[in-house]
Amino acid sequence: MEKLIQEYAEKLPEKIISDIIENMPAGTAAAKQKKIFEAVYNEYRSSLAEPGESVGILSAESIGEPSTQMTLNTFHLAGVSEVNVTTGLPRIIEVLDGRKTMAATNMEIHLKSPYSEGKDVTVVASQLRETPFESFVNELDINITNASITAKVDVKKIEDAGSDVKKVIKLLEKGVKGYKFSEEKGIITIKAAKEDNINDLYKVKEAIKDIYVCGIKGLKQVIPVKRDDKYVILTSGSNLKDVLKLEFVDETQTVTNDIFEIEKHFGVEAARQMVINEINKVLDNQGIPIDVRHILLVADAMTSSGSVLGINRYGIVKEKPSVLARASFETPIKHLVSAALTGEVDTLNSVIENVMMNQPVPVGTGLPNLVTKGIMNPDHHHIAKEDKKAKAK
Amino acid sequence: MAADVFMDYKFVGTVKDAKVFTDRVISERRMNRLASSINVTLDSASGNVYIETAKGRAVRPLVVVKEGKSLLTKRHAEQLAKGEISWSDLVKQGVIEYLDSSEEENALVAFFEKDLTPRHTHLEVSSVDIVGVATGLVPFGHHNQGARLLQGSKNQKQGIGFYAANFPVRMDMDTNLLHYPQIPIVSTVLHDLSEYEKHPSGQNVIVGVMSYQGFNMEDAIILNKGSVDRGFARSHYFKPVITEELRYSGGLLDEIGLPDKDVKGYRSEKDYRFLEDDGIIYPEAKITEGDVVIGKTSPPRFLNAMDEYNLATSSRRESSMSLAHGQEGTVDMVFLTENSEGNKLIQVRLREERIPEIGDKFTSRHAQKGVISLIVPEVDMPFTASGIKPDIIFSPHGIPTRMTVGHLLELLGGKVGAMGGRQIDGTLFEAEKEKDMRAELLSYGFKENGTETMYNGATGEMYKVQIYIGPMYYLRLKHQVRNKIHSRARGPIQLLTRQPTEGRLKEGGLRLGEMEKDTFVAHGASLLLKERFDSDKVVLPISEESGIVAVNDTRRGRYYCPVSSEGAEITNVEMSYAFKLILDEFKSLCLYPKLELEPKY
Repeated sequence: MEKLIQEYAEKLPEKIISDIIENMPAGTAAAKQKKIFEAVYNEYRSSLAEPGESVGILSAESIGEPSTQMTLNTFHLAGVSEVNVTTGLPRIIEVLDGRKTMAATNMEIHLKSPYSEGKDVTVVASQLRETPFESFVNELDINITNASITAKVDVKKIEDAGSDVKKVIKLLEKGVKGYKFSEEKGIITIKAAKEDNINDLYKVKEAIKDIYVCGIKGLKQVIPVKRDDKYVILTSGSNLKDVLKLEFVDETQTVTNDIFEIEKHFGVEAARQMVINEINKVLDNQGIPIDVRHILLVADAMTSSGSVLGINRYGIVKEKPSVLARASFETPIKHLVSAALTGEVDTLNSVIENVMMNQPVPVGTGLPNLVTKGIMNPDHHHIAKEDKKAKAK
Repeated sequence: MAADVFMDYKFVGTVKDAKVFTDRVISERRMNRLASSINVTLDSASGNVYIETAKGRAVRPLVVVKEGKSLLTKRHAEQLAKGEISWSDLVKQGVIEYLDSSEEENALVAFFEKDLTPRHTHLEVSSVDIVGVATGLVPFGHHNQGARLLQGSKNQKQGIGFYAANFPVRMDMDTNLLHYPQIPIVSTVLHDLSEYEKHPSGQNVIVGVMSYQGFNMEDAIILNKGSVDRGFARSHYFKPVITEELRYSGGLLDEIGLPDKDVKGYRSEKDYRFLEDDGIIYPEAKITEGDVVIGKTSPPRFLNAMDEYNLATSSRRESSMSLAHGQEGTVDMVFLTENSEGNKLIQVRLREERIPEIGDKFTSRHAQKGVISLIVPEVDMPFTASGIKPDIIFSPHGIPTRMTVGHLLELLGGKVGAMGGRQIDGTLFEAEKEKDMRAELLSYGFKENGTETMYNGATGEMYKVQIYIGPMYYLRLKHQVRNKIHSRARGPIQLLTRQPTEGRLKEGGLRLGEMEKDTFVAHGASLLLKERFDSDKVVLPISEESGIVAVNDTRRGRYYCPVSSEGAEITNVEMSYAFKLILDEFKSLCLYPKLELEPKY
């Protein structure tokens, strides 16, 4: 057995070898063992992509076709309090486009025990939520006679949240400019510094409702959910940096769906995994079976440059080596002019350029070349040519 | 708590009690002291009151309900019938009011009067109101799935029928006229309201729900040749040919008439054979592709200085109207008039009889559209014990997934109506009950479930299963193969790109698009792909020194490149003409597209 494992260590991936070892019945004869390894090896070989296989287009088609079947109406659990999540095709497009601003950012905050067992979950959750001024106000009215806004605040509630009225007023002053704030017995009066009409005053009244007072910035909604005996906090809005600083948060499991935030704090490898996870999440949700290897290829294509790039003209298309391929995608003149300025040479190594020129595309049957006497080194055309030039001189 | 009040989304003030305020506005409106178009909403989420007066909002009428009782009474109905009061009187009396989408949020609307409870605020004027006129034309619509109902009404709009009684004197573009339109046996209230009997668009035919040698797979339908011969779904297709005498700058103008032989682009005498002395075709001429309908010449495009002295030859261009590729017909009417600019306008209407053929599209009124796949000789058609042969054989596989139960009920209703000599009411929610129809059918001596024993038309053997068969209203749709059939092996190419032309009228090619290209690439069929794109292949001499296209001097029999040095190597390279064109376009952008040649193998 040991010998066999060593023999196949280079031929087969580790995972397959460990699977064989795990599933091998005890007391299998050595000859039979060898046969099994040989059979697995043949099967493995036959399932590898062949040279010249157009894996990119296969992935694109394999993901693209089932995606058209995806329904836009996603499933909602009626009645259950839920955070706003982008799912379905819009989410896939969002991830693949590498969009920096997303329609809905979410976090899944895991907690350290004892909190994960349910201790003070609601208290913990309320500490996380970005709390606006509105939630500390009992009454908010416009006084038309003297053109002012009066807000009766819950002083105790503010102090419970670890703040005080003076701090709150300071935050309010930062939020709306040109208004005077005064406080008396828990009543904040807001008056315009200059003359003001009622419509503007109304706008101010609406504006101060949303001013951030305490909690973690960005977390608009916070919902504790029990998942497999453990409490997890789902949020809408994301702020990985501040959340991970909190001592009750399990930083090993807490995630956000904002790929760029992940990239910023954990690096590109983590971002690649997130791309895979996020796409898989949508596909699983919709019950669409797509081989992971297609998604792996897409994620690799998006991240191989060292940072997350979208599949669009600002992202990976920009990285294509061929001028003609880039020009045929979007904004052709920009690419052509810059190519002319730098004297770019298109070596015609991919599909689109060759289709344009009506030449065989270098995939599948178009890939192999014929070796003839005319070229000194068939693997290095340009070297052969340089030799020729040197001779001509 | 005080609530903010907005009028057309502008803050206007606050009220002490929002509920009291909105109720007051509504009651004032019902007492006709406020305009009936004003709507007021108490938004429960924000606690704000919104008053809307803007025009362009969609509003709908509803009967007002008070304490579980409709304000619309029998007396109103009697008065309406006698003509003593009108609709607007009901609105003034506050019996009927118009709600917009936001006020509707606070209303609880009962669908039927029997459903009314004290909690209800409104009652639907009629249950058919839930759909529009076209959708209301679907019989037994309440037995169909919602999406199918809408599709059914969409399909009906494409039906060929009797679209206008003055069709002989109209110059319509592209119209169809059904020969013997009938009114449906199973109809709805909306058929009466829309005076459907004046413009019907289908025919009642016997439909057998069964398969026939697999020819009705995938929604295809099978037609009885006998029915087709007897004129089922036969129609005429009208199409105009229009031209006008245009005026150009410099007093030049088009001239309608038989073109002179020395006109530029003169066709052959044969092409003009149908034209009379005025250059216009005569009615009842049978013409096909290439025949000239209206003879016309135009002044030259560019005035050449020499032309003025050159009186010997005419410089006018031929610009006659002729039938494009694949078109034919009989001239039905010739119409001469002038257009709004005072130019002479000639319209010629072509007519063509359209007998149903394989590929023509038909539909019932339940989004069960299908295409003819086979026209079976009458002798081979299955028949019932009483000798009835279906006109159409419809596949039962179309039913389970689409859940158009209305389709089946229409067939049952059609049978009852045909036997009882009456029309069946299939109005949405108010249709005759299936139970009653079954009982009636039984009384006529049929099986109550509508099935019958049938026999194979070819062998005479009895089918082992009972076949559901009966009359249904079928519509012929305007999509006919004759207008769409197209193929090309070789043909015209575009001047600019040397690629095949596009479109059926220009005998164009069928485009192998980007995604189709991808399938070739995915299979690795590289050389097949190249061959598919060979339509604009050219072989061009390229100078290896300058990398641009060289000149082939055929007179001297040599190649040279004007920008390379003497004796530069010139090689023939195969490429697509479109690529050569883009190289030229690069040059016009002042970019130098230099081709670096390498041995291919």
